[in-house]
Amino acid sequence: MTATAANPNIQMPPAVDAHLVLDGLTIFYGSREAVARTDLTIPRKQVTAIIGPSGCGKSTLLRSLNRMHETVPGARAEGRVLLDGENIYDPAVDPIQVRRRIGMVFQQPNPLRARTIAENVSIGLELDGIGRREKEVAVERALKRAALWDEVSDRLDRPGTALSGGQQQRLCLARALAVEPELILMDEPASALDPIATLRIEELIRELMSDITIIIVTHNMQQAARVSDYTMFMNLNDRGSGGVVEAGPTQMIFTAPKSKQTEEYITGRFG
Amino acid sequence: MRTEIQTVSRRSRLGRQLQHGDLIFWIVALLFAVLVVVLLAAIIGVTWHGSAVARHAFGWQFLTTSSWNPVNGQFGALPAIYGTIVSSIIALLFAAPLGVMIAVFLNALCPMKLRMPIGMMVELLAAIPSVVYGMWGIFVFIPFFRSYISTPLSKTVGSAVPLFAGPVNVGRGMLVAGIILAIMILPTIAAISRDVLAVVPNSQREAMLALGATRWEVIRHAELPYARAGIVGGMMLGLGRALGETMAATMVIGNTPKIHASLFQPATTAASLIASQLPNANTDLHSSALIYLALVLFLITLVANSIARALVWRVSRTGSGA
Amino acid sequence: MAKAIVGRHYRRRVLVNRIMLVLTVLATLISLVPLVLIILYVAKQGISSLSIDFLTQTFRPISFGTTSSGGGVLHAIVGTVIIVGFSLLLAAPIGIMAGIYLAEYPGNSASTAIRFCVDVLSAMPSIVVGVTAYVLIVQRVKSFSGFAGSIALVVLMVPIITRTTEEILRLVPQSSREAAIALGAPKWRTTLTIVLPMALSGIATGVLLAFARAAGETAPLLVTVLGNNNLTFDLFGPMQALPLLAYRYTEQPYKVLNQQAWGAAFLLVVIVLGINILVRIFTRTRSPH
Repeated sequence: MTATAANPNIQMPPAVDAHLVLDGLTIFYGSREAVARTDLTIPRKQVTAIIGPSGCGKSTLLRSLNRMHETVPGARAEGRVLLDGENIYDPAVDPIQVRRRIGMVFQQPNPLRARTIAENVSIGLELDGIGRREKEVAVERALKRAALWDEVSDRLDRPGTALSGGQQQRLCLARALAVEPELILMDEPASALDPIATLRIEELIRELMSDITIIIVTHNMQQAARVSDYTMFMNLNDRGSGGVVEAGPTQMIFTAPKSKQTEEYITGRFG
Repeated sequence: MRTEIQTVSRRSRLGRQLQHGDLIFWIVALLFAVLVVVLLAAIIGVTWHGSAVARHAFGWQFLTTSSWNPVNGQFGALPAIYGTIVSSIIALLFAAPLGVMIAVFLNALCPMKLRMPIGMMVELLAAIPSVVYGMWGIFVFIPFFRSYISTPLSKTVGSAVPLFAGPVNVGRGMLVAGIILAIMILPTIAAISRDVLAVVPNSQREAMLALGATRWEVIRHAELPYARAGIVGGMMLGLGRALGETMAATMVIGNTPKIHASLFQPATTAASLIASQLPNANTDLHSSALIYLALVLFLITLVANSIARALVWRVSRTGSGA
Repeated sequence: MAKAIVGRHYRRRVLVNRIMLVLTVLATLISLVPLVLIILYVAKQGISSLSIDFLTQTFRPISFGTTSSGGGVLHAIVGTVIIVGFSLLLAAPIGIMAGIYLAEYPGNSASTAIRFCVDVLSAMPSIVVGVTAYVLIVQRVKSFSGFAGSIALVVLMVPIITRTTEEILRLVPQSSREAAIALGAPKWRTTLTIVLPMALSGIATGVLLAFARAAGETAPLLVTVLGNNNLTFDLFGPMQALPLLAYRYTEQPYKVLNQQAWGAAFLLVVIVLGINILVRIFTRTRSPH
């Protein structure tokens, strides 16, 4: 049940078309293995969903893709993750550079409390220095891509928290988009939102997909089915760590899963 | 049947005991607690009453007159107020950035094992008795400062820049007082800043990290703005402590009730003026003027501390520092 | 990263990061330097004053031509113990009961008023407290006394004890109280026999910290106690105290007296810092800081 290099249940596009290649990626918290050795590819400009029961390591795996798991002391990853052929875990690579190319949206919307809406969007660009004119253009562009511009264009100088939950999450998405990443990782982005806001986020994901590769963790299978082109199913193995059981085109996973575990999860027998 | 009756009567006995015991306890506790209010009321009442003579003699002009001369009965508090405020502001100018930096260091960068010892050492600065600071100031810091800073500066740029004008004699003055006060209030600012920085939600930090921010950028854009109110509150609290500080200031500021532009000239603070003159005040007007000054000092610190409280609500530190 | 859009200022950002972090380390070191310097200097100057004579004799006038120390500081040690001890006797009950009231009967208008007063008192300049005691006692009785100083110190100690007591009582889990009440114990008995013993060590640390603070205070004593060169046990007359002696002797031109001042300062620093260090080590090992 462990995902090994030769897991026949992983049917992702070949490395040539891949944006990310996970090569022997294993994640540890201290000495405890959290995510078992993973080898698969993430296709470019597609939406890949990660599903599975809670505690199976979906978020951990997601966070290791932009090295965010390193904020937890004792967390470390072995193996390689190739972004367009370059290993982001190479000792010479600074996580800062990785996170510029791979953005993230979190489960709980987290706009910067002490900043205005416009400042929230532009903060990523300001880190690197940007002129005022450029900044205004970039803010408008990002907010439009996140489908938030119409709602906030008249109050850009209000605090970032003066918005509804769904709007805050789109603000966080705009913030991530502003720095023009190649990939966006989304960790259950809609689970804290009401159904209508959830729908908007899902629509956005489908729109953004044409420019950006998206990887989304979700505990909602229907959402995965609606939104993604590829899906990977993770589960706890007998060692207690999480592992990718099966991965492939969404259509295939949901209608003709190869593994029994996948089938049981999808039909709701557990999780 | 018998047991039921017994239980009932025991319950009613218990009921009475409950009422009486609890009531008495509540009253006793309340009385003691009210004593605290009484203490404060006593201070306000006494200073108000004791300053009556001087208030009627001088009124508001007390605050704006700059000549303090016990011999001919002239009591203008301006030099004392000026000295109090300026020395405290100097202290804040030094202590605020240092205090915040220490808080950042202890929260973000310090290895876990060192956090406790270093944090404790910073807090110990606040526990050293103020008279010891004064003694160290007189015997160690002032001679050092005089040789290496005030005398050379006053001799070189002193004639052009009034702030540094000489002559520097013993070396007691506004700037040395400010610096020593800074050392004394540093722990307050550091401790409160540490507390508010520690409760910044992790989600705010993660937001910045996910954008590819450096450690400092996370602190600068996520932590410090979030904690801004609390940090400023801590600074106001530190300012309040500096305003009321007596012994260290008395011993190093030179006890001269005059206003000079130069930071190297001796001055006085409200607290030091009171402390040095009250035991020997032989006229009613003199002691009343000093009590009036105490009242003014109390009000100034009250304002600073109220602003601090409003900003920090109740950041609980267990009775830290002098 | 070759294809990276890492931005034109990447290197500068990394450099700024490093510089700022170094600055914070520097700031910490700069702040600790005075601590070390002061303690070392006080120790160096003070230890050389320590002798049996110093601790057991009282003031002796210096005669010209001698280099021997003029007696000791026993009268100051006794004075400090009596004055601060007396303050403790008054401040502890007031502070503890006030802390109990605030913790066990929260939410009413009396609590808000009392808490406000505790806050204001805790930030009160010690000289203002001294002035109050001066007017109330010294001026009335026309005499300086240890008693007046004690009263002033009480005002300084109460807020510390109240705060610590209230905080530690709040930390006692509500379940302990509820368990007792469910068994039929009245609130007063619950508080005295269940809650208070659990909080005892915390309260003790508050009392100790208040003691340390009061022992080091000079300003209120300056205007209430005046000082005395003789050994006296009379609380109602002028007395000597360690910080007061240190201050007065420092202002004297005689080296011998300056030396004694350092000895007194050393004793004070040992007591005050000792208490503070012990208390902090003890509370840190208990609380989840």
